[in-house]
Amino acid sequence: MHDAGKIIGGLIIFLALITSPIWYNMASGKADYTPELKYVTTEKQCVMPTEYMRARHMDLLNEWRNAVVRDGIRVHTSHEGRKFNMSLTNTCMDCHSNKTDFCDQCHNYSAVGQPNCWDCHIVPGEVQ
Amino acid sequence: MEIDRRKFLTIAGITAATTIGKKVIGDTTDVEQIAGLPQKSPLVGHRWAMVIDTRKCREKSGCTKCIDACHSAHNVPQFDNPKDEVKWIWKEHYKEAFPNQEHEHVKEGLLEMPAIVMCNHCDNPPCVRVCPTQSTWKRDDGIVMMDMHRCIGCRYCIAACPYGSRSFNWRDPRPFIKNLNKEYPTRTRGVVEKCNFCAERLAKGLHPACVDACEEKALVFGDLEDPESEVRALLRENYAIRRKPALGTNPEVYYIV
Repeated sequence: MHDAGKIIGGLIIFLALITSPIWYNMASGKADYTPELKYVTTEKQCVMPTEYMRARHMDLLNEWRNAVVRDGIRVHTSHEGRKFNMSLTNTCMDCHSNKTDFCDQCHNYSAVGQPNCWDCHIVPGEVQ
Repeated sequence: MEIDRRKFLTIAGITAATTIGKKVIGDTTDVEQIAGLPQKSPLVGHRWAMVIDTRKCREKSGCTKCIDACHSAHNVPQFDNPKDEVKWIWKEHYKEAFPNQEHEHVKEGLLEMPAIVMCNHCDNPPCVRVCPTQSTWKRDDGIVMMDMHRCIGCRYCIAACPYGSRSFNWRDPRPFIKNLNKEYPTRTRGVVEKCNFCAERLAKGLHPACVDACEEKALVFGDLEDPESEVRALLRENYAIRRKPALGTNPEVYYIV
């Protein structure tokens, strides 16, 4: 192969460059932490099992949104048989009133940006 | 982490089993209902409508109780510039509210009389026909509802509504809300909003905020398909008109003049 050295060398430099953000994050320790969620409620159980909420809370929120706004169904029955008012502002944020230490922790960590929920829904303590 | 239906059901089942197990063993987990749920049973209707007795409304000049109650309940912003105005319920002079329903010798003072106007929750709503995203639609109980999540701000509905009942959020409304009701969302820049006949209050078993706020009982809300309802009684006993009836929109807000 002609110019094997140059090609392989070039490839290595290319790979190093495009993966540099990964190396940078690893070296600076920016990604090397586990998001820590603070729970500021005495409630022991969410409206669904914690594992489900962790992975699928966005689906649940969409389901709630559609049920309340489109179908007028406002009562959610949890896996434990408890009944909840389907409301982001009034139910979720009652327990998870600490958006910065709860929602933002994982959303910032996984770079899932800024969900536009908060353009309209009120974050406790954020507005006067 | 991917959870399929099977796995979710397994988790839910295990959690449920654990909960039941705990109870059998004697762990007293607190299972009482939480606050935030409707205390009263929701109001259910087949054709919600409103009757406004303008004779009673006139009694107290300068009263804005219904407007204030609605606008503070729904976080409606107050802009100084009329171009930015957002309104759910407001006052209009008779001659503007009811064009073509006056004549030369009409009752003295009637034309200048203010009438309370809002979304008419038409039976044949033109706004619903034109909405490209179905973000506004007519519910089974007749309420013409808005889904702010879907609104793309095209403003076709504003063009279609012959009553000017819809407002567009040209600016971020949050800084212009005087008293924030923390239980109700605000809107964001770029969506259309209007009166929703207090769908959120009906769900709690309450009448609309404007109806409850009116001390003269000039605003009456009820089910038009229920012959025993107060609105039907009022319409039976009084002659009532509607706004721009010739357009065929079938407004469901009636005015006793």
